[in-house]
Amino acid sequence: MNFRTFAAFVGPSVFMMLLFIAFPLVSVFQQSFYVTQPIYETVEKETCTPGFVTQTCVTEQVSQPKLDEHGEIITQTQYVGLQSYRNVLEPERAWRAISDGSWNVLSTINFWKALRFTLTFTLITLPLVVGCGLGIAILINNAARSIRGPVIFISLLPFIITPVIGVLSINWLFRGDGILTAMMEWWLNRDIALFAQAWTIEVLMMIYRVWHVAPFAAIIFYAGLQTVNQDSLESAVIDGATRWQRLKYIVIPHLMPLIIFVSMIHLMDSYRVFEEIVGFSSQGYVISLQWLTFDYLTPDQAGNRSISRASANSMLTMIGVVILLILPLRRTWRDHKGGH
Amino acid sequence: MKLKTILMAGAMSIAATGAWAECAFENDVPLKSLSAGFEAWKAVTDAMAECGNFSASLDQEFREKQPEAFAADPALYQIGGVSNATLVPLLNAGTIRPLDDLVEKYGQDLLPNQLIKVDGQTMAIAMMVNAQHLMYRDDVLAELGIEEPKTYGDVLSAAAKIKEAGVMDYPIGGTFKTGWNLGQEFINMYLGEGGLFFGDSNMPAINNEQGVAALETLKAMTDYMDPEYLVSDSTYVQQQFQQGKIAMANLWASRAAAMNDEAESQVVGKVTMAAAPMGSAVPATTIWWDGIVLASNMSDEEADAAFRVALEGMDTDMVSANNDVAVWLSTAYSAGALAAGAAASAEGGAKAYPASGPMGIMHTSLGNGLADYLTGAKDAQTTLADIEADYVTAAKEAGLISN
Repeated sequence: MNFRTFAAFVGPSVFMMLLFIAFPLVSVFQQSFYVTQPIYETVEKETCTPGFVTQTCVTEQVSQPKLDEHGEIITQTQYVGLQSYRNVLEPERAWRAISDGSWNVLSTINFWKALRFTLTFTLITLPLVVGCGLGIAILINNAARSIRGPVIFISLLPFIITPVIGVLSINWLFRGDGILTAMMEWWLNRDIALFAQAWTIEVLMMIYRVWHVAPFAAIIFYAGLQTVNQDSLESAVIDGATRWQRLKYIVIPHLMPLIIFVSMIHLMDSYRVFEEIVGFSSQGYVISLQWLTFDYLTPDQAGNRSISRASANSMLTMIGVVILLILPLRRTWRDHKGGH
Repeated sequence: MKLKTILMAGAMSIAATGAWAECAFENDVPLKSLSAGFEAWKAVTDAMAECGNFSASLDQEFREKQPEAFAADPALYQIGGVSNATLVPLLNAGTIRPLDDLVEKYGQDLLPNQLIKVDGQTMAIAMMVNAQHLMYRDDVLAELGIEEPKTYGDVLSAAAKIKEAGVMDYPIGGTFKTGWNLGQEFINMYLGEGGLFFGDSNMPAINNEQGVAALETLKAMTDYMDPEYLVSDSTYVQQQFQQGKIAMANLWASRAAAMNDEAESQVVGKVTMAAAPMGSAVPATTIWWDGIVLASNMSDEEADAAFRVALEGMDTDMVSANNDVAVWLSTAYSAGALAAGAAASAEGGAKAYPASGPMGIMHTSLGNGLADYLTGAKDAQTTLADIEADYVTAAKEAGLISN
């Protein structure tokens, strides 16, 4: 392919990536070092609100933003350096908690609480997703040709369901006296409240995530299984290798690049865990880094939102993803270099 | 015979809607409104639509859209639905217009307490008030010989008796969902104790005896609540009531009608509306209002039409047709048993929700920070100190506290 054709094909995609990914990223990076705020003045104001018979009026000092001659709020933007990062990380408090060795205090600071859950969630679901995915793929591969289509379809279903809807349905199945909780209560003959402590919510979230993502891993692995060298498998059978030995010494090494690919995608995805928090409304017990960004961005009733802290937090989230990806990336890079 | 009845009923209902569908004038200016999406707004905007050339957006996320939509020139919506809290950003940005001349021209039927005045100027027209107040199961309490609870002490001892008698496992319901709802519960309690939220220059002032007392009452209530209280919002509490699982809750007046909804409720006629339980100072609740504002970025002709349409939306016909949907501010409203709780709370001296810019931040900080106390991760003082610290960080970022 000559360069012009190449450029014509790739150009639009590069343009879109610059416009929708690179520029916003640069802008977020920049905003995390600045704070924009209205200039407030304190004025005395009388406000009247309806009672049932008469009105109640109060006069009080209120802060109200100054307006310019066009009626726009006057704002000022200030360089604050790493202040927003400090506000998010709360290093002094965190350090005090660590040097006191009190894990409980550390886990009540938003960022660290979120990081703790995000990491646990990511690292526990990773092997489960890969394992379940491989299991499903082998199951499909061994299914009789006649039922393979329906089996693939059914095992893909969880992946097709919109995440928020999936989370909400799990929420409704288990919350309060939801069908499944009621069934477990009847079976174990005791009262169960799954949304009353953190660990049960976390387990539900992980189960949901594995259920949701395993089909994706499965379909990738299934494709990989089609290219396993049949001769090696046959000779292994002749040599008396068991099913497990064939899997361990032939199939898994063959699938390794795909396993790394799936792991990387999963690390990136699950480090940005969000739908589970919103769908389970678990903020009281469990929060994630991505949810924290969302929370900073959500305006309160008076219209205030913390753009700078949100930017800082999302930069920190991105740095976290990069650190997590270094290990598998290094491996791929080494393999790649070794291959040539 | 049957067909005839159906036809008759049909004819009657057409006649009824026909009488209701009349708008005093034909509106020829295209108008749009943006408001919250609960039942009362639906009734009001439906009535507005009868004047023609009007379309309503009922949107639960209206508070995110409204400030931007009203700042546009010309404004994207002419009519806005606000509450006392969501009025603040519009007032701050100066994107809503004073209504005094329009009130003088068309507002003869308005009650004086519908006019929301800021510095002497009418900035909004209130249509309804809302408040959380005590709802309790009359039959359950009467059977155990318990008087109507007047304070939170009464509520707790009543709950203990109900639990002891084995009538219910969790007699109390509460809108304790982490976030806005939980913040609101604390604000109710704290105001009931007579607390103030801010000291000088917007500095927080909740870490005091009243704050601790409010937290302790909240915690004491959770002993009698379904352990999943941190995910329980108004709709959930309403359903718990309807299914007969709880006997008492401090719930919104706008949910009262649902208790007697025969399609959903198993406790029709058994729930009594009473004043919010007393704190040390006043009833532990806050009074809210909902009403309409008009954008400043539109022509005076448009504003004229918008005001007339808005008034048509909250006129006496609408109120009498939807009497039980809300506690309306209107001459046509007949306050029944369902409104008794809100009225009694107001008579007891309940405060209006102290809406302001700093209060918005405080509400968020409270909503996010209180769960740590209820789950036992922190003690009361640490919780309040941490909430104050969180508030200060956010208020500094917003420019409300100077560095």
